[in-house]
Amino acid sequence: MRHYVCQFKTSDGLDSDLLICIHTQAQSAFERCKGMAHMKHLPKFILSAAMVGAMATSFSAVQAATPPDTLVQAWQSDDIISLDPAEVFEFSASEIAGNTYERLISYDIKDVSKISGQVAESWTVSPDGKTYTFKLRPNKKFASGSPITAEDVVYSLQRAVILDKSPAFILGQFGLTKDNVKDKIKQTGPLEVTLEVDKPYAPTLVLYCLGNSVASIVEKKVLVQNEKDGDYGYNWLKTHYAGSGPYIMREWKANEVLVLERNPNYDQKTPLARVIYRHIKETASQRLLLEKGDVDVARNLNPEELAAVAKNPDVKLQSGPKGTVYYLGLNQKNPNLAKPEVRLALKYLVDYSAIADTIMKNKGDVHQNFLPKGFLGAETTNPYKLDVAKAKELLAKAGLKDGFSVTMDTRSTAEITGIAQAMQATFAQAGVKLEILPMDSKQALTKYRARQHDIYIGNWGSDYQDPNSNADTFAANDNNADDAKAKPLAWRNAWDPGALTAKTRAAVMERDGAKRAQMYKELQKSVLDDGPFVVFLQQTEVAAVRKNVDNFVLGPSFSDNDVSQAKKN
Amino acid sequence: MSRGGGHVSALRSFLKKIAQFVIVLATTLLGLVAVTFFIGRVVPIDPVIAIVGDRAPAHVYARVRQELGLDLPLIQQFWIYLKKAVSGDFGNSVLTTNPVLTDIVNVFPATLELATLGTIIGTLIGIPLGVLAAVKRGTLIDQCVRVLGLIGYSIPIFWLGLMALLLFYAKLGWVEGPGRLDVTYSYMYTPVTGIVLIDTLMQGQMDAFWNAVSHVTLPACLLGYFSLAYISRMTRSFMLNELAQEYVIAARVKGLSEIRVIWRHALRNAAVPLITVIALSYAHLLEGSVLTETIFAWPGLGQYITNSLQNADMNAVLGGTLVIGAAFVVLNLMSDLLYRLLDPRTRS
Repeated sequence: MRHYVCQFKTSDGLDSDLLICIHTQAQSAFERCKGMAHMKHLPKFILSAAMVGAMATSFSAVQAATPPDTLVQAWQSDDIISLDPAEVFEFSASEIAGNTYERLISYDIKDVSKISGQVAESWTVSPDGKTYTFKLRPNKKFASGSPITAEDVVYSLQRAVILDKSPAFILGQFGLTKDNVKDKIKQTGPLEVTLEVDKPYAPTLVLYCLGNSVASIVEKKVLVQNEKDGDYGYNWLKTHYAGSGPYIMREWKANEVLVLERNPNYDQKTPLARVIYRHIKETASQRLLLEKGDVDVARNLNPEELAAVAKNPDVKLQSGPKGTVYYLGLNQKNPNLAKPEVRLALKYLVDYSAIADTIMKNKGDVHQNFLPKGFLGAETTNPYKLDVAKAKELLAKAGLKDGFSVTMDTRSTAEITGIAQAMQATFAQAGVKLEILPMDSKQALTKYRARQHDIYIGNWGSDYQDPNSNADTFAANDNNADDAKAKPLAWRNAWDPGALTAKTRAAVMERDGAKRAQMYKELQKSVLDDGPFVVFLQQTEVAAVRKNVDNFVLGPSFSDNDVSQAKKN
Repeated sequence: MSRGGGHVSALRSFLKKIAQFVIVLATTLLGLVAVTFFIGRVVPIDPVIAIVGDRAPAHVYARVRQELGLDLPLIQQFWIYLKKAVSGDFGNSVLTTNPVLTDIVNVFPATLELATLGTIIGTLIGIPLGVLAAVKRGTLIDQCVRVLGLIGYSIPIFWLGLMALLLFYAKLGWVEGPGRLDVTYSYMYTPVTGIVLIDTLMQGQMDAFWNAVSHVTLPACLLGYFSLAYISRMTRSFMLNELAQEYVIAARVKGLSEIRVIWRHALRNAAVPLITVIALSYAHLLEGSVLTETIFAWPGLGQYITNSLQNADMNAVLGGTLVIGAAFVVLNLMSDLLYRLLDPRTRS
């Protein structure tokens, strides 16, 4: 935040300049004004330290309460830019799509390998592995009361491909394009739909992708009514709703509130009438609201705040491992980082357990492979630990006995900065001078995508529940040239994974589950041993929930964060 | 004849004033837009990523870049923006998907509500305190007022805000917490002006109104305290200046009561520069106090612009900057007019 306040000064200064011209006598006043503005932005850590101290005392018994049929959540939702499932890609919006729309396919969030039908009752795959036929459940209805037909399903999937928004590639990767999608996805009966893909992919890959929010079923009639200039109702649906999920999206006021309401036409009526997501940016405010009972769930508390609220008898912590891994990307354009020994040395210079136990306490577990736990073929062994002697030995072998200097692009969040500082300390033990370059997340990303970093500290969340989502970015790079069109993480770090690319491509065609899992294990091993990625953590999402709330579920992906069966006692 | 001539010249000078004002407004806003626009285009953030996200395939990225007009030369981009802006189209915000104008109409009343209350509190308490301190110069009262002001200056609003919440909301339960209204009341009224206090009052939703009052009390007092600290200090120094003038001695010699001397004569003269101070302080609050708005989950202009900046949402930033610029110019004009009322010398 402080970063931007500086930019504010630009306009502040300009406006005030004008005033100075007009009222010269107010000059000293203006100076004071400016001084005031400066003083307001004290380093946050001092403030949070003071907060923790002050909050150590307990809260009074004066309790407010939210309505019994309404779940009120405090969360940071400023990443929502659209509620059209064909465009939804960010965390918060995925969660809304998950609770308000349905898809053909769903999976058990406790064991994602169990795939089941949602709008589809059953499906078959043709012997050549290229045609999928789905039979729809009869008697399913949209929130409007109209039945869900094969026509709606075909429309929804075609629409997502034709609109071609950011997540459209999840369907497009099966050879579906704007031009051919009308032939490839067809209605073959009142309740039957077929999908034709270009290659015999592993069926689980296709099915998981059909379970992604981009493949949500939308009501054709409503969107046709709201269509403008052939936009498939996109401009309308960005802020409205046309689905069949447990809840209806009633209202969205950006950066303020989002309201879900019970869908009366859903098969399993939700216990709650309403779920309200209040955008509360400041985590300390989230905590106060939660402890006071003005919200039922606080979604973005930091580790210290979580530890503190856990002591409150009215609050419980709830967590779910997420498919997001934290990693360092080592740019291979940097001659030092391009040396295999250096890459390996850095893997021995991270204090994995210290990071997981302190800075990321409650929010992550040590994890060193690129596939998150829970994915097909995910490897759970974590061979590296902090070993300075070994790292020194490797650096000496690389001809860098006295270490070297390197920069790290670091997003200015408390969490990422904390991790970066911990690494700075351990790197230094082997003579590696790590300079932290703090910057805004979008700025860091811009630089990363231009391959201008040395080290980038990032996290990667899977786009869909299939291992290809991560293998495709960590272990494959079809074109390592500067002007390449695709920018997977391997490309961003200027790494040519050689034979791994072909292996990644082959893995998506393997239709035998066990063999496929083995291929991913091998890919992970290769990247773990030699890749330019230091994966160090798998994220756990934690929410602080008031004790009277039951069945609030945090699933493996953000669209699986489920409030459909949540209730209050 | 001469009277008619007087009317004509009065009218002419009035028109001239208006023309001057319009020119000042236009050039200020133009300058603001230009600088903000070009700064926005050189910040090292890719605005396309803010829209399509990190994962979008290359062709989607290229298409959006083209849609945003980012492939055109900078000057041409600026010209297109200006042309649209003149016709009232400030583009759409990336983050909220709404037209920027709609967004500002939504967020500005929240800031206006808070800033106005803050300024009223600051003025009503700050001026008497400042006068008191000046009159009782060097006494304990003076010291107290100065310390109060110093604290207001130096304590970060972020910290004070959280502490105030902790005490008055969490501990004592005297006021409601972050947000503008309780969830229960949020849908009991129809937003008309966007200022919750006015809307609920006009629609006779008294429960909602009192709830809104309870919500606004803490942030308004907080902002009020900061503007109080500033206003009381400035009042004190202006008053000290006035009290040393000969006309004050003359008034006292004439036997006027001390109250009359201070409040009618000295303060009246001190009021002229004070107007500037209050206008400045008000304009400062209208920019939207980002930190206060963040702590109190107040969906105002400050949060809007900050959030937009963080996402390189330049249309929104430009729109917000223009509103602030316009507010500064209008407040300037208003303090100019008030000058004329208060100080006869400026009327000629």
